[in-house]
Amino acid sequence: MFYRETGQFKTSYAADQQIFPIRQDRIGIALLLAFAFVVVPLVASNYWFNAILIPFLIFSLAALGLNILTGYAGQLSLGSAAFMAVGAYAAYNFQVRVEGMPILVSFILAGLTSAGVGILFGLPSLRIKGFYLAVATLAAQFFIVWCLTKFPYLSNHSSSGVISVPGIEMLGMKIDAPHERYLLVLGIVALLALAAKNMVRSTTGRAWMAVRDMDVAAEVIGIRLMRTKLLAFAISSFYCGVAGALYAFCYLGSVEPDGFSLDLSFKILFMIIVGGVGSILGSFLGAAFILLLPIFLDIFLPWLSALLQLPFDGATVSHIQLMVFGALIMFFLIVEPHGLARLWQIGKEKLRLWPFPH
Amino acid sequence: MIAGFKKLVVASSIAAALLTAATPAAQAAEEQFFMLPSYRVGPYGANGQAFYGGFIDYLNYINMKGGIDGVQATWEECETEYNNAKGVECYERMKSKALKAPGPIHTMSTGISYALVDKAATDKLPLAMMGYGLTSAVDGSVFPWAFPLVTTYQMQASAIVKFLKDKSGGSLEGKKIVFLYHDSAYGKEPILALEAEARLNKYSLVQIPVAHPGNEQGAQWQRIRQEQPDYVIMWGWGVMNMTAIKTAQKMGYPREKMIGSWWAGSEEDTVPAGDAAKGYMSATWNVAGKGVPLIADIEKTVYGAGKGNLQDKAKIGTILYNRGVSAAVLSIEAIRTAQAKYGKGKAMGAEQVRWGLENLNLTEARLKALGATGLLPEVKTSCDNHEGSGKVKMQQWDGAKWVSLTDWIEGNKALVHPLFKADAAKYAKEKGITPRDCSKEK
Repeated sequence: MFYRETGQFKTSYAADQQIFPIRQDRIGIALLLAFAFVVVPLVASNYWFNAILIPFLIFSLAALGLNILTGYAGQLSLGSAAFMAVGAYAAYNFQVRVEGMPILVSFILAGLTSAGVGILFGLPSLRIKGFYLAVATLAAQFFIVWCLTKFPYLSNHSSSGVISVPGIEMLGMKIDAPHERYLLVLGIVALLALAAKNMVRSTTGRAWMAVRDMDVAAEVIGIRLMRTKLLAFAISSFYCGVAGALYAFCYLGSVEPDGFSLDLSFKILFMIIVGGVGSILGSFLGAAFILLLPIFLDIFLPWLSALLQLPFDGATVSHIQLMVFGALIMFFLIVEPHGLARLWQIGKEKLRLWPFPH
Repeated sequence: MIAGFKKLVVASSIAAALLTAATPAAQAAEEQFFMLPSYRVGPYGANGQAFYGGFIDYLNYINMKGGIDGVQATWEECETEYNNAKGVECYERMKSKALKAPGPIHTMSTGISYALVDKAATDKLPLAMMGYGLTSAVDGSVFPWAFPLVTTYQMQASAIVKFLKDKSGGSLEGKKIVFLYHDSAYGKEPILALEAEARLNKYSLVQIPVAHPGNEQGAQWQRIRQEQPDYVIMWGWGVMNMTAIKTAQKMGYPREKMIGSWWAGSEEDTVPAGDAAKGYMSATWNVAGKGVPLIADIEKTVYGAGKGNLQDKAKIGTILYNRGVSAAVLSIEAIRTAQAKYGKGKAMGAEQVRWGLENLNLTEARLKALGATGLLPEVKTSCDNHEGSGKVKMQQWDGAKWVSLTDWIEGNKALVHPLFKADAAKYAKEKGITPRDCSKEK
């Protein structure tokens, strides 16, 4: 009913190949973008920008990066946080050391630096696979954090290793207010998400998926393994690097190497597992789930315990929150092992037939 | 029956009249809001419980004693788990409530306070970092809204060196000191000061980092055994402290030669280490125990009324509990200072509280009046000096409790404060901040 495609004829290859072949989807995504770009900046409060929307978008981008590598190219990685750290520190250094460097160029260079480091740590993927590769990428995680702590040059000789980023300026305008930073992040994330969506539909993406599904077969049909795998590492790290730069510049304002710990890598991995491995939409849903649910529980549970007059103090509520969060992750994984994106897809199928299922 | 009913009506209307008469007064009672980005779970949960327990107990105590000159203290907690991103979220969530009449914000986390320094300055909210955080904020001309009160890592390191110097007969020349530190912002902060002291006092400094969380230190202590240092200065936190003390025992390094920072000198560090901790020393800017009249009075008044925050009463009088109380004492005194200038009995706005923090003068006489003699050193802040004291005591664990070894020791201000100035100037340049002229502040 809602997704009735009757009457939507495709008369050209271009029409058949577009990102959203169904008209309802096109309208939906246009409305969503309009909402995010126009309505949200008008109505959201500072709390929403600073604590919810900006981190959500940044982590979506990082999850998207990991999803390209793990979900599409099938290379398990535990180094996403390290690549974010490279991006954050690289952007900081470009910004501080090069006078008058435009911020967007810094972000792109940060992404490229991160891509370079990603290729380096992707090299083992040519020989090892699966869990063994995950362990190899752990090396990136520890090495990069160690490196950032070890060499004071990288943090511009800050006595504590913490970098505090300079303000953002674009075209002579100061990007300072929360809604301005939100729009900057949203713009970058929307662009990169569009690029990712197109990439996975292109030759590159198909080569990744072929490698993921069976690399020997992929090699037999003429896909160059080395190039494909390293490209996946490079692009994935580019996304993580840009996310890291945004994390430092638009969200926290000050970062330390320890902030990019293995915990953060796991968090990003959980985002794509919960959201949906091998799905662009899944990266966003997963980021929302992992990031926003704890905040929601944090606000909701004390309210609930006050309402029901339960004798819980702050610490107990915090413990219960962790338990509920863990239980919910398990619940969703049992109900739908393929992630929230799959749930959405099933919902869409159902809506297509509704109200007359077979 | 009807007469009875009438009586009831009259009585209740009188009661209602009384109530309505009372209500405006109750509404007019002003409130000062403390946002508490606290942590009670996670790796450092035990430390957070004691600190914020002490803080809240003192606020309750003040409220029971008639408030801050009639102004009631209110507060809200938000769990940060010692995680920077969560800390920022908590800050943003509670910010709107705090804008009107905030108390100084205490995060008890260097990472979170780093993330909040800029945000708090933009939002114009006073941020206190008592004994942690961005130490160059001592220079109030660049950081009007941040207050590393009482003392800083660098001043503490310098005071420890002074103490060791006295201990070894007035000179450290030719001695070897190992600096064992938590490899994070917190642990690296004092390195500059220790290096400067090493040049001045001609001792050799060996730096050994411990990766977070520090529950495995075999390699580090192997190295210490090789180096055979005269002293080990330790900048540890959480589980790292207990592990270090235990490993030192295993490796046969005398604990009497180990001295920790004030985050490495609480009951949470020594009790789990058991026998190994006996003789271990640490710096502190507040004393432990219930010997301070104020702490005893809090236990009697607040816990007597069943309003205590701690479930585990054994924590009362521990180092971190007393530190929470000291933090609350300083916060309340800053508000009182502001009230003296801007109006008694009124809740203070952010700018007024900031002024109070900047013009704090907590004298020995005032501490005595509060019943807090010896709990913390005298504190006198100014625009130039947001630290206000720079003094610490040394204490030693006797196997059951912390015993003070010394009176208040001041670090080498002439050596350390210029480091802050230089760092603050660099910060100002990077961020494009024009420093205030402190000579024009009053």
